[in-house]
Amino acid sequence: MSVMTYGEAIREGMSIRMREDNNVVLFGEDVGAFGGCFGVTAGMFDEFGEDRVRDTPISEGVIIGAAVGSSATGLRPIAELMFCDFLTVGMDQLVNQAAKMRYMFGGKISLPMVVRLPLGAGVSAAAQHSQSLEAWVTHVPGLKVVYPSTPQDALGLMLSSIDDNNPVMYLEHKAMYAAKGEVASLDPIPLGKGDIKRAGTDVTVIATGKMVSEALAAAETLAKEGVELEVLDPRTLNPLDVGLIAQSIEKTSRVVVITEECKRGGFAGEISAIIAEELFDLLDGPPIRIGALNSPVPFAPVLEQYYLPNKDDVIAAVKKLA
Amino acid sequence: MKIDKEQIQDMYLRMRKIREFESKAQSLFAEGKIPGFVHLYLGEEAAAAGVCACLDDEDFITSTHRGHGHIIAKGGDLKYMMAELYGRETGYCKGKGGSMHIADRERGILGANGIVGAGHNIAVGAGLTCSYLNNGKVVVCFFGDASTNQGTFHESLNLASIWKLPVVFVCENNYYGISMSQGRHMSIKDIADRASAYGIPGIAVDGNDVLAVYEAASEAVARARKGHGPTLIECKTYRQRGHFEGDPGTYKPAKEQEEWLKKDPLPRLVNIMKETGFTDDEIAAIDNSVAAELAAAITFAEESPSPKVESTVEDVYSDIVEEVRVR
Repeated sequence: MSVMTYGEAIREGMSIRMREDNNVVLFGEDVGAFGGCFGVTAGMFDEFGEDRVRDTPISEGVIIGAAVGSSATGLRPIAELMFCDFLTVGMDQLVNQAAKMRYMFGGKISLPMVVRLPLGAGVSAAAQHSQSLEAWVTHVPGLKVVYPSTPQDALGLMLSSIDDNNPVMYLEHKAMYAAKGEVASLDPIPLGKGDIKRAGTDVTVIATGKMVSEALAAAETLAKEGVELEVLDPRTLNPLDVGLIAQSIEKTSRVVVITEECKRGGFAGEISAIIAEELFDLLDGPPIRIGALNSPVPFAPVLEQYYLPNKDDVIAAVKKLA
Repeated sequence: MKIDKEQIQDMYLRMRKIREFESKAQSLFAEGKIPGFVHLYLGEEAAAAGVCACLDDEDFITSTHRGHGHIIAKGGDLKYMMAELYGRETGYCKGKGGSMHIADRERGILGANGIVGAGHNIAVGAGLTCSYLNNGKVVVCFFGDASTNQGTFHESLNLASIWKLPVVFVCENNYYGISMSQGRHMSIKDIADRASAYGIPGIAVDGNDVLAVYEAASEAVARARKGHGPTLIECKTYRQRGHFEGDPGTYKPAKEQEEWLKKDPLPRLVNIMKETGFTDDEIAAIDNSVAAELAAAITFAEESPSPKVESTVEDVYSDIVEEVRVR
């Protein structure tokens, strides 16, 4: 057992597979000797060399496109976009190419590629470097989407993402890179399996990414009042572990969904809709969504904190359901 | 450059197959047998044939919305192509792709593509594989004049250049981006000049002269195989039809069309063949074999079943079939 930061766990996941399989390569902006904008790839250039850890020019379209073309022809590339927001620049390669090639070609081609997408707010990076774009990638058939909230999950999901024969969007919250946690296992965590981060009996709180810690903080506060939250992290957004969600709601009959996205049109809406459609009979009240405000992410810390959802929003939602 | 009789015959076979396939696709579309859109390659055959004659089966190509010619020239099977155009279960893509998305991974065909300029990036990725594995394979990226105005063109040629990837960029300048003529959509005459921005060779050739194309492509492919990096080849050719079938092409001056029809690549090659010593019978034998193969392909397509509707949600992923929860 060891303690790692979230960023170290991502690096270790990539490095484990790169040590085992020469066909795993990593490329992106400044991922080489510079070590990545957030230091996530620090040391990998020295360990694996310039052929396998490649700096690219600032050209997001061809970063994703190179992952498409190289994965279609035998490599298992990991492409890093420095910020998830830059996905918008390379969206054709992701949406029209990566996601659709297997299907359009009748299942006769595989794209075992990972795109790393550092996302999220909380570091005063303002509107073009802080978005949570889960909805953009979960909406597109052909992509898988994972979003770890702990170092253990970051490592295990990275291994599975690299092993997968489909394009996997690996969402990583940039404000969590320094967060520490125990990493007890070096095994892959299967895609599509959620995890109960805290067991409880009264209300299910489904949370992703950095919002898992907000949900856990709310649970601690409410426990003092005798309300026990069950905190469920889906870990993979697509495919979604609907079975685990159903099991939890069967127990609690109430559910709150919290994500960091702008609330309107977010993936939290999809989770809520599935619950409303398929688990209605289990519910004592409507699913409640919590998201960020429907504005661009503001710069000033005071504004950014106001914009973001937090544990108080969870507490308020739980009280509303009671 | 010495090009032997066998190579000339090989290129003629590829060109004749494309010409007949496309002519038939034109009439079948007009009869309503082919759904959707078709973008025909008629008039541009020498580009695909001359370039692909320089490639091995294991080499890769990326193609475009006007892709039939590239796929045939790279060895695609007419019957699976025709079945795909018909939307049948036996087609290359099981009826899920259609004319604009035919691929054959076994033959290195990484797909026709409905997005103008998208193949550039994919070709660079395939080039990365070849370079990284040092396997001696090369990638040919086919694209049209108008796609050189896309950002992908710039990104890809730049990256291929700095990484010295074995990619040959083949621009088929057919003078039109849909309805917009080259003179209206860019301010330069030779697209090959754009190569200078990336420090790579740029060569403009008569794209309706298959031997000229072959010669330029041979050199570029050899250069790529040796690890010396990419080349941009501009094949000056002409789209004899509209952008897609149904486009009357009224934006094309009649005189221009007439002049280009006089430069049709097929009769030009036939003349060369006769000068090289091919007999009429030898040429007719090739034509007859193509006609028979095409007739068999159409029969195959017409007798093939439509895909089962349940297959709609298959092949989205390698391992899961999408659940259709609630429509």
